[in-house]
Parts: sequence; structure tokens; C-alpha cells
Amino acid sequence: MLDAFILIAIQTVVLLASAPLIVGLIRKVKARLQCRRGASVFQPYADLTKLFQKQPVVSSTTSWIFTATPYILFASTLAAGLLVPVFISRTPLNFAGNIIALVYLLALGTFFLMLAGLDAGSTFGGMGSSREAIVASMTEPAMMLSVFAIALTAGSTNLSTIVHKTALLEGIVTDPSPHLMAFAALVIVAIAETGRVPVDNPATHLELTMIHEAMILEYSGRYLALVEWAAGLKLLVFLTLIANVSAPWGIATNMEPAALGIGLAAYLVKISGLAVLIGILESMFAKLRLFRVTDLLGTAFILALLGLVFFYVRRG
Amino acid sequence: MLNLLWILLGGYVAGILLPLCLPRQPKAQIITTTAPAIVSTSTGVVLGLLGLTSSDPITGSLASTIPLLTFAIRIDPLAAFFVLTISLAGLAASIYAIGYMRHFDGHTSLPVLGALFNGFLCSMTVVVLADNGIFFLIAWELMSLLSYFLVVTEHENAEVRYAGLFYLIMTQVGTAFIILTFLIFFQEGGSFAFDAFRHPEQLLPENMRTIAFLMALIGFGTKAGIVPLHVWLPYAHPAAPSHISALMSGVMIKTAIYALIRVYFDFLGGQFPWWWGFVVLVIGAVSALLGVMYALMEHDLKGLLAYHSVENIGIILLGIGAGMIFQTYGLKEFAALGLLAGLYHTINHAMFKALLFLGAGSLLYATHTRNMEEYGGLLRRMPWTGACFLIGAVSIAALPPTNGFVSEWLVFQSLFLSFHIPDTFLKLILPLAAAMLALTGALALACFAKAFGISFLALPRSTYARHAREVPIPMRVAMAFLATVCIALGLGPMVVVPLLDRVVAPFTGVSIEGQVLALDGWALATVNVEFASLSPPILALLLGALSVLGLGIVAAFGGLMRKRYYKTWGCGINLTPRMEYTATGFVQPIKRVFSSIYQPTVKLETEFLHESQYFAKRRRFEFHVEPVFQKYLYDPVLALVTALAGRLRVIQAGSLHLYLAYIFVTLIVLLLFSV
Repeated sequence: MLDAFILIAIQTVVLLASAPLIVGLIRKVKARLQCRRGASVFQPYADLTKLFQKQPVVSSTTSWIFTATPYILFASTLAAGLLVPVFISRTPLNFAGNIIALVYLLALGTFFLMLAGLDAGSTFGGMGSSREAIVASMTEPAMMLSVFAIALTAGSTNLSTIVHKTALLEGIVTDPSPHLMAFAALVIVAIAETGRVPVDNPATHLELTMIHEAMILEYSGRYLALVEWAAGLKLLVFLTLIANVSAPWGIATNMEPAALGIGLAAYLVKISGLAVLIGILESMFAKLRLFRVTDLLGTAFILALLGLVFFYVRRG
Repeated sequence: MLNLLWILLGGYVAGILLPLCLPRQPKAQIITTTAPAIVSTSTGVVLGLLGLTSSDPITGSLASTIPLLTFAIRIDPLAAFFVLTISLAGLAASIYAIGYMRHFDGHTSLPVLGALFNGFLCSMTVVVLADNGIFFLIAWELMSLLSYFLVVTEHENAEVRYAGLFYLIMTQVGTAFIILTFLIFFQEGGSFAFDAFRHPEQLLPENMRTIAFLMALIGFGTKAGIVPLHVWLPYAHPAAPSHISALMSGVMIKTAIYALIRVYFDFLGGQFPWWWGFVVLVIGAVSALLGVMYALMEHDLKGLLAYHSVENIGIILLGIGAGMIFQTYGLKEFAALGLLAGLYHTINHAMFKALLFLGAGSLLYATHTRNMEEYGGLLRRMPWTGACFLIGAVSIAALPPTNGFVSEWLVFQSLFLSFHIPDTFLKLILPLAAAMLALTGALALACFAKAFGISFLALPRSTYARHAREVPIPMRVAMAFLATVCIALGLGPMVVVPLLDRVVAPFTGVSIEGQVLALDGWALATVNVEFASLSPPILALLLGALSVLGLGIVAAFGGLMRKRYYKTWGCGINLTPRMEYTATGFVQPIKRVFSSIYQPTVKLETEFLHESQYFAKRRRFEFHVEPVFQKYLYDPVLALVTALAGRLRVIQAGSLHLYLAYIFVTLIVLLLFSV
């Protein structure tokens, strides 16, 4: 019981601590590819600290929803992160929820963020919420199908069980094609859900093309810090999911300290690698028009469906 | 338990009679109609709980001199579950009515409204308790008729009259199909008692069973509001007074779900061809998706909620359909799980939909309009209503840790168990249905972000909204009660699942309580804990603890207190309500992406200034969603009927002699045939 609490605490700290690092790393990679030197990878930590200490300005037209949302968003995103195995394949909270719970926990944050976007009464916020609504609706079917394709190969929808079985190659169907297609679909979903290029551009402000940044335009000070941190966390959760579900190499499968150490190191390497990959992808593509995004997400849906079909066809 | 039943029925009868003969002051009239209803519905809650936990079904009957009709009652777990659902929603609606009926003082006769309300509740309860086909039909017709009278409460409005007429016609068509179903059973069993209907040993011939299946689906589906038989629902439900809408949308359509389960799992007894379940599943998926899509385009708050009933009936049918498919292949545990998921969503939907309709009623009470575009900023003016509505919205959007999430999770899981089915086609169809459910869920999220965000947040968009005040205490109590039930149903699956298991077990022949509840009831599992598990209480605890962690981090870094209020940045101009995002604007991207379904028509009229073309004096924007089913399915049928009627009119000449001649000819013909 105590072990479980310690593991949960460590996982919370690891997630909270590495989220800004990932954001900083992606920015650094993008800067390098644009022949700039760029800020230090630790810049997001400094940003967060500064934001936490600043006095927030709150719009006088808002209600309690606006001030409660950052906390709800932070809690729901972190809760989703605790359902995903990070450095040990058997997370203590495995029983609390499976991948569907993860999707809906993230949706809880999105819902309140959409409300907060509408709350200040400015057109930008409403526009952001409205666009977030369509992107979120289009990602969810693809996400569900890809999750199911992965679950089929592992015989479980519990994340921890999937990762554990995959890591030990225990009862896994060895044909990789459904897994790969689901993986590709999941990457697209992750990009869309976390508001990266080509779906959304996290670097723009006050542009008519933005989604996430428009919703949080009225936030400042500690509220903005929490929202930004939660956005980093959400990205990290998706990266962790992709890394550990499709490549659980090095993850600790027992409680030995050495294995845990290796697991943590392997985790940091994997997510850093994925962050570099995202940085490269973002530099290679331009942002899509909003109404072209649906085509991209349609592709993700078809990929996930094909993964499912492949599974049944190969197994007969 | 039969004593309780007498109290229940007696209360309703008192509620019908007392207000019609007793005092004349509005206050007294309201009390004499609501107090008996409160007594009856509370008794109903107790009766439902007792019926769910008792071991044997309780029966009772009053014989009558009319052939084939006995007033037979049977309280088995299925009936008890629906009595519980109806009574819980009815209790909230009765408390709500204490405050809300004042709204109608002077427009409508309060005693008549109260009597109809009691009669409506009574007829719904009797429908689920009836144990005789004819008795059931009488109660069913009473329910339809009383709800029709309630729909046309504000009959001076032409729209309301149209809604009522539409409802009446559709419900009669539905009843015709139900009668046909019962006649098929009657033909085989020789009696209208439900016991004669359920004889698995002398099964009906295959084709008759199929006809009975389809007739019941059409007949009860009309009442449930499945696509494409849903067209009346978005007209009729919003037209009724709000506490009635809550009952119609929350529980009346559930009587159809009750009847479908009764007919399929009880009378037709668990041997289905695979395509029956498939049909129910497809209807469920289509209803869910189209329901939420049309809801998104609706800016009348009550209309929006009515369309969401179509969606949620679809979700319930997804669970039941999956259960039927599993039943076909003898996968009893999974069949039980699908049915259990459907029933769990049934009670959840009854609670949060009633809550949302009561919330909409409160907004109507405070602002005198149902148009969402005229709301805005109401959370600060009506904090109680707002908080309750938010809980309802979070529940219906199936977000953790509320009740909607738990039941939708169960439906998802039962669809994901499809890989056990030996048929490859169905293996693929069930996950596809799950994907459609995911899309439905996401769109519902968008829809309630719109409904809550546009109505309650930002600045008031009209003078009505600006002067809105919080509603009277009874109305708040009713909403708070339902909000509490919603949260309790979400956090307490360990209590709900064993009760539902008692309902499901007789139909599938297997009890899955032990398999669905894992870890001493702290977690839900789908038949095995390794495949999928969920623990709503732990998730709620986790969310709470992490919010506190967030607060702690903020406190540690810079303190919680300091903040400054300032107006929203409006690009240099002062912010006015006209600059806010509207409901129409909010759904514009969705409308565009799904334009092939919506077939939107947009009309923009601009009147320019006389002096220059560059300045518009007035702009008028109109947008309509094409009601596809009405245009391509109902209008042709209506046109055909009208044309036929036109042809037949020639025989109606208005001459008495001619009519006598008709009668004479008919008699002669009949005599010839009888010889």
C-alpha cells in the first residue's frame, strides 16, 4: 500500500518535472532547424516560475468557471497521466481506469477550457472554443479505434496491462501490422489533441488561425502558468502513451531499484527522442487550414480501422 | 408491497380528484396537486427499491367483467427498476412544480394542470407494472393522451397546437403497431395475460417472431424516438411545461425501452437471429449520432435537450443491441453486460435529462425565453441553477466522474468485447459502433459547451437576461436533488450494479455481479479485471487530490490571494454583448464539416445605405438545417395520403340518401358473403 503511494508520488513528480523540459526541447529543436540559437531548454521552467509569481488580471465579466478551470484542467490532465505507465509497467492506479477513462479525463479538461474560452466574452475566446470543439470531435473516433486495435493485440484495454504484456512479449500477437497502423493513427491524434503543427500552432498569438492559444487568451499570472503546465503535461501524456505502448523497451517490469533506475532513464531518452521528432515534423510542415484538418483526422480514422481489419484478416 | 402500491395509486387518484373539487386560491391548488404526487412518488421510490431486492415477483389482480381484461399487476425486478426511475424523476418534478406552477397562474387552469400531471405519472407507473396486454394498452394510451393534453397546455400558440397534433398522430401510429405485436402473441397464447405471452416451449413460428420483433421495434420505437421515427419528439417535448418536459424526455420515452426489453428478452425469450441485434445496434448508432448532430444546430434550449433524448436512446439501444448479439451466440455474460449497460444508462439519462429540463425551465421562468442567443451571463445571476445545470451538462457529456461516464464506459466495453463473436462481420461492426459512440460523445461535449457557455457565461445578451433572478426555493431543491442523484449514481456503481444485475439475470440466465464488480466493489470490470477496469470513486478522489495539489503549488510559488479585476481586452473598444461569440457561430465549423448531413440553407439579406454601397444599413442572416427525414420520408407519405383522401372525397356528397344507400349496399354485400 505504501509502495503504491510512493510510486504514485514519484510518477507525479516525474511527469510534472519533465513536462516543461519537453516543451523547451521542442522549441530548441525548432530554433536550431531555423538556424537560430534559441532559448535554453530550461526556459519553460523560468517562464512558469515567473508566471506563478505575477499578479493575475482577471476579466470582470467572468464567473467562477474561469478561475476554477486552470485547477480542473491541471488535475484532470495529471490524473490522466497517472493512468499511463511511465517508468514501471505496473502502475498502482492501473485498476482505476483504462484508456477510455484517459480519453474522457482529457475531455473533462477540454470541456472546461472551452467554457473558460467563452467566459470572458471576447470573440477570440469563443472562436478558439468553437475550433477546439470540432478538432476534439474528429479525433475521438480515431483514438477509440486505434486504442481498440492495440487492445486486441494485447488482450486488454488497461494501459498498464498492455505495456506490461508488450514489454514481456507475453501473450502478444506477434504480427506487427495492426499495431503499426494504430500507432500511426495515434501519432496523428496526439498531434491534433495537443495542438501542434500542422493542426494548430502553439507559437502564434492573436492570429485568426489559432485554436488553443485563442481559448486561453484571457489567462495571466498563476492561472496561465497552470494552463501552460497542463498543456505541456497533455503533450507528455500522449508522448508517454506512444512511447510505452508501442516501444516499452527498458521499462521496469518489477520493483527492483536498478530496474526502476533503468526504466526512468529509458523513459527520459524515449520521450526526448519523440520530442525531437515532433520538433522536426513541426519544422517540415505548414499549418493546415482548419477545414483541411478534418482530412488529416479522417486519415487517422481510416488507418485505425485498417489496423482493426488487418488484425481480423490475419487471425482469420 | 401491495399495500405500498395502494398508497401509491391512492396518492395519484387523490392528486387527480382533490384539486378539481377543493379550494380556489392558486397557492392551495398548487399544494393539493403537488403534495399527493410527492407522497406517491416517494412511495414509488421505496416500492422500486423493495421490488429490486425481493426474491420473487409480486403479483396481484382485479378481475373485470370485460372479456380478456384483468387488471393484473406484476412487480418483478425489471418493472421495479422502471418504477424506481419514474418515481425518482417524478419526485423531483413534483417538488419543482410547487414553484414552477405559479408561472402558469392566470394562463391555464392550475387544477387541470395538476390533475393531468398526477394522472400522467400514474399512467406511466401502471404501464410498467401491467401484466396483461389489454391493461397495458389502456395505460399506454392514457399515458399518451394525458401527455398530449399536457403538451398543448399553451394551446393559444399555433406552434404548440401543431406539435400536439403531430405527437398525437405519431403516437397513434405507434400504438397500432404495438397492438399488432400483442395480437401475434395472443394468437399463439390464447390470452392477453403476459404469462401467456412468455411460453418459450411453444415458440412462435420463425416468421411470426420476426414480424413481432419488427412491429414492436416500430411501435415502441416511435415512443422512444429512434431515428427515423423521432421527428415528433423535438416538437412535442419542448412545447410542454418544463416539469412535464422533464418527465416526457426523462422517463416517458423509457417506458418504450421497458417494453422493448420486456418483449425481446422476456416474451421472445432470448433466442434471436443475429440480425435482430444488428438492427437494434445500427438504429442505436444512427439515433445517437443524428440526435446529437441535430441537437448541435438547435438554439432553442429545450429543443436541444429534446434532440439529446434521441441521442441517449441511441446509446441505450447500443447496449441492448450488443446484448442481443451476444445472446445470439450464447455469450451469456457479455449479453448480460450489454443489457446492464443499457439499463444503467437508462436511469442515468432519466436523472440528468430531467435535471437539465428543470434547469431549462428555470431559465424560462427567469427570462421568459427559450432562445439561447438571448441568454448570457446567467451564472452570476442564477448561481444555483447554473451549478446544477453544469452538473447535468457534465453528466450528459459523459465526463468522469459523473454517472453518464460510468454507463457510457460500460456500453463502450460491451462493444469492445466483440472479438469473442465468431462472425467476422459483426467483429468489425461492433467496434465501428464504438467509434460512432466516441464521435457522439465528443459532439455532445461540444453541444453542452455551447449550451452552458452561451447561456450562462460572458455578458447578458438581452434585457431579459440582464434582469434575471434566481428561481424560488422549491425549484432549486428539485434541481439540487437530481444533481445529487447524478453524482451518487456516478460514484456508487458498487450499489447500482448488484441491483441492475437482479434485473438482468432472469433474462440472460447468468448473474454477473461478481464479475463486474472487482476489488470489493471499488472497481468496475468488464467480465474480467485484466481486460478493462474502472474505479469511479478513486478517479473522483484522484481529481480532488490533484486539484488540491494544484492549489498547493500555486500557494507555494506566489500565493493565492492577489488578483486584479479588469475588463476583457476588446482590441481597444469597450466590450459589448454584440461582440461575444453566438451559439450559431460556435457550431459553424461543425455545420461546415458535416454539411452533407445538415444540408444547410443560408440566407443573407443586406440593405445598403442610399449614399454608398460600402456601408450596410441593415443585415439579416438566416440559417436553416434541412430536416431530411421530414422532407424525404414524411412529406411524400403525407402527400400520398392527402392525394388518396382527395380521390375518396367524391363519395362524400353530403346527401343523406346517398349515405343510406351506402349502408344498404354494404349490408347486402355482407349478407352475400355470409351465406
